[in-house]
Amino acid sequence: MSDTAIDRIARRTPPHIARRVRGLSDRAIAWIFITPTILLLLAVNIFPLIWTVWLSFTNYRANRPGAEVQWVGLQNYQRILGNPETWQSMQATAHFLLWTLALQVAIGFALAWLINARFRGSDLWTTIIVLPMMLSPAVVGNFWTFLYQPQIGIFNSVVAFLTGADPAGFSMIGDVRLAPWAIVIVDTWMWTPFVMLICLAGLRSIPPSIYEAAECDRASKWRQFWTITLPMVLPFLMLAVLFRGIENFKMFDLVVQLTGGGPGSTTELTSINLKREAFEKWRTGFASAYAVILFVTVFGLASIYVKALNRVKAR
Amino acid sequence: MSGYSITEPSRRTKWLAGVLVAAYAVITLIPLLWIIATGFKSNTDAIAYPPKVVFTPTLEGYVNLFTVQNRATPAQLAENPPETWYDRIVADRGMVISGPSRFGERFINSVIIGFGSTFLSVLLGTLAAYAFSRYRVPLKDDLLFFILSTRMMPPIAVAIPIFLMFRWAGLSDTHAGMILLYTAVNLSLAVWLLKGFIDEIPREYEEAALIDGYTRFQAFVKIVLPQAATGIASTAIFCLIFAWNEYAFAVLLTSGTAQTAPPFIPTIIGVGGRDWPAVAAGATLFLVPVMVFTILLRRHLLRGITFGAVRK
Amino acid sequence: MTRRTRLLAASALVGLSGLAAPGAQAANLTLCWAAWDPANALIELSRDFEAKTGHTMRFEFVPWPNFADRMLNELNSRGQLCDLMIGDSQWIGLAAESGHYVQLNDFFAAQGISMDAFIPATVTGYAEWPKGTPNYWALPAFADVVGWTYRKDWFARPELQAAFREKYGRDLAVPATLAELKDIAEFFQGREIDGRTVYGAAIYTERGSEGITMGVTNVLYNYGFQYGNPENPYELEGFVNSPGAVAGLEFYKALYDCCTPPGSSDWYMSETIDAFRSGQVALQMNFAFIWPGVDKDPNVGGDRSGYFPNPAGPAGHFAQLGGQGISVVSYSQNRDAALEYIAWFAQPEIQQRWWELGGFSALNAVVGAPGFAASQPYAQTFLDSMAIVKDFWAEPTYAELMLAMQNRVHRYVVAGEGTAKEALDALVRDWTEIFADDGKL
Repeated sequence: MSDTAIDRIARRTPPHIARRVRGLSDRAIAWIFITPTILLLLAVNIFPLIWTVWLSFTNYRANRPGAEVQWVGLQNYQRILGNPETWQSMQATAHFLLWTLALQVAIGFALAWLINARFRGSDLWTTIIVLPMMLSPAVVGNFWTFLYQPQIGIFNSVVAFLTGADPAGFSMIGDVRLAPWAIVIVDTWMWTPFVMLICLAGLRSIPPSIYEAAECDRASKWRQFWTITLPMVLPFLMLAVLFRGIENFKMFDLVVQLTGGGPGSTTELTSINLKREAFEKWRTGFASAYAVILFVTVFGLASIYVKALNRVKAR
Repeated sequence: MSGYSITEPSRRTKWLAGVLVAAYAVITLIPLLWIIATGFKSNTDAIAYPPKVVFTPTLEGYVNLFTVQNRATPAQLAENPPETWYDRIVADRGMVISGPSRFGERFINSVIIGFGSTFLSVLLGTLAAYAFSRYRVPLKDDLLFFILSTRMMPPIAVAIPIFLMFRWAGLSDTHAGMILLYTAVNLSLAVWLLKGFIDEIPREYEEAALIDGYTRFQAFVKIVLPQAATGIASTAIFCLIFAWNEYAFAVLLTSGTAQTAPPFIPTIIGVGGRDWPAVAAGATLFLVPVMVFTILLRRHLLRGITFGAVRK
Repeated sequence: MTRRTRLLAASALVGLSGLAAPGAQAANLTLCWAAWDPANALIELSRDFEAKTGHTMRFEFVPWPNFADRMLNELNSRGQLCDLMIGDSQWIGLAAESGHYVQLNDFFAAQGISMDAFIPATVTGYAEWPKGTPNYWALPAFADVVGWTYRKDWFARPELQAAFREKYGRDLAVPATLAELKDIAEFFQGREIDGRTVYGAAIYTERGSEGITMGVTNVLYNYGFQYGNPENPYELEGFVNSPGAVAGLEFYKALYDCCTPPGSSDWYMSETIDAFRSGQVALQMNFAFIWPGVDKDPNVGGDRSGYFPNPAGPAGHFAQLGGQGISVVSYSQNRDAALEYIAWFAQPEIQQRWWELGGFSALNAVVGAPGFAASQPYAQTFLDSMAIVKDFWAEPTYAELMLAMQNRVHRYVVAGEGTAKEALDALVRDWTEIFADDGKL
């Protein structure tokens, strides 16, 4: 980006001389270094994406290899956007996304702020807290169905112990009203440490001199928090939200193991809905259109968000 | 590290913070401890109603995890008396071990695919990040966003064409195929993370090396790589956590040969129903490598988690 | 040690007897099935095949929730992973029409294997496509059917007997009708037994694969639900959503609401058995394959449990068929060796041993043998149940038909959306659309 001596020399040196002088020209090194990455991404990410877009205009079904593939134009898109069930799973996804982000940001930030007090043993506790995020989401989702069992699981017993409620009086997965929260709780349990770690990095990046200066100006702790801590951590927080947001928009493994989308379709997130269309009903063309819609949504939201993030960073 | 300063929190604040964090950690540990404890319960205790907190530990779950068993008649048992401790555990329930289970294979697959793809992601990611950091690459910003955007695809969305492609290329259900796939998914993360770290390494170091007669490549290996060690370590942690635990691709694209442990563990069945102690034992064992890896590299974790996108 | 010597002895026998086809190369066969109890028994059974023929067997067992996805995926992409497939009964239409399975008629004729030797319902259910025609794509491998398990020890308690008689005016005994079953479940729901609250019945409610459909059909059939007009199978209106069918669906919801353990909203084979084994419930709906395990269970095994077939309803007496046939995959490179396996498996003495190891044989010679009914406590119930089976669609579009039913039924029964009539009307619409897309209408 910047104009350093090396760049200037590199540009002024003709490539054949450069090769003789330094083995390989800078340009060649740059391309040799980048090409494998680009090729791999093209093959495994971009080519399938283009193929998906093409399939989305057809009625292709991967389970009927012999059948004739017809071009159906925008019909798949119309069917998806006109289907109330699609909107229902979009809503379920939005509920999941918003609440997991809100809870993880609130708890994660609070924890980071507490840990940043650098009390004795804070490193040990940090290590313990990050353990859940190292588990496999599929295994976690599966095991939580067991923990949520009112009779043989432990979740209801713990809640009953803490609140005095009847452990057989509620069922996290079975109740239409509770199931959307059941998945939020598990995701929050698992991924709050991730947000916490990012916030911690943000807090530790604030130079103490700023607080010292504020202290000299007799700014209250409360004021310091709002004028120094929060604005300085904000870019980090926004980054955490970006990564968790993308991950939870794609959420599949944890929830499919935990509720299978039920009861009814209460927790049928878009990825689960898509999996049913693609790998159970085998409506490949239809599912491809669905995939394109999801991709455009997340890509659009993320680009807007990244722009906002860059603006915050630039401040 | 930090000496006394006026910004240092008071002792009471520290104490309160410690108590609150410890309380959270204890609550967050309950499900994890329950998983670990279930691994040491007998099948009957695991599904006891109401749940049992105090129980007699047994290795039944671990034995079930590693073996395939069959029901045996008392006559058969009398004929072949159990010889080892694990034979005895199984015989107590009227079963005989008829062979090893596939958990070992699945675990080894996870090791090969997880660590293999982590190594490749970090290697390719370092090279690309260095190039992006130090050179004028045409359309650099677009390329970088394009690389990040590959991370936004729901795995299910690309699974259909990838499945067809892998089948065509003979990569379906192979270790190589899964390593390539996980590498591609992780590369975006690796490039972004590492670019942030390499950007922070002053160019003057390399320039000095070049003046001393190093080639660009030598300068990269001898100067940049050691400086980027922290970044490489934390990138490796995140790539490994993803590849180690990935489920959606694994369940759709692998079966007999290259299946990893995550699709396998939730489905371990015992007599009649699901074998919860064996599932828990599998989950516990499966956590160990990534936990050890993370604890070894934990000092780099904090810096890595900002993904290099936010600079000091 | 002992196993090794047994194997050595067996391979020595092979050398002597010359059972291995002369000149035939030893193949490495892969058999695909669901990962469950009977599959482990099949490994044990197959040692005999390996010893006799010199072929080696590999097994690919996929857990139930992913079994259909994974294996249909394999077949549709013409994969060569499986030489032999013990595929679910409902796949047969797809597998036959798409050419995934080898048609076995000529092979059966050449080997002298007659389909008359098997339980008729299993031949129709597992082997035929189109149904009712003598075109065979599989050999019945594992007979299975939904039935009920109950706590015999609780039923026998005098104080419970007395309380039941007082309330319902009859003895607490195995129910003959679904209405009686519901009374019993209601009676046990919330009752204190040995200091614990117990519940009525554990029934299928699973959302993700096929669970709630495999449960609700046991009630629907007996209340008058039919998959279509017997004259024209794709005419659904008035059959799928007949008044009887609506009443049946309402019954299943009433049973779920009144008499099941809290949290049983996503239960299939393994969750219901967990509930039964941990002593939560008096009654358990489940496939017959679990019965050998229940019988041996340290908590509820032996005399403490009994078995009975799905009770009759006002409009009939049926039970949901499970089970699978074994087929040869068309894309296999080892077709001859795979056929050899089927020929070996069909032998009466192998089928007899299959039953002894916990596999439910469908061979008349085994299940019709004089001592069979007394050979296990659940053997008679198994026979009675197999006589009344009915199966889900086996059309090539089976997977979509199943997803639609799972969706509609789960929404009504568990999530409580709408009415039974609305759910079944919607199901008629979904199914009609699927058949129209498939060109059947």
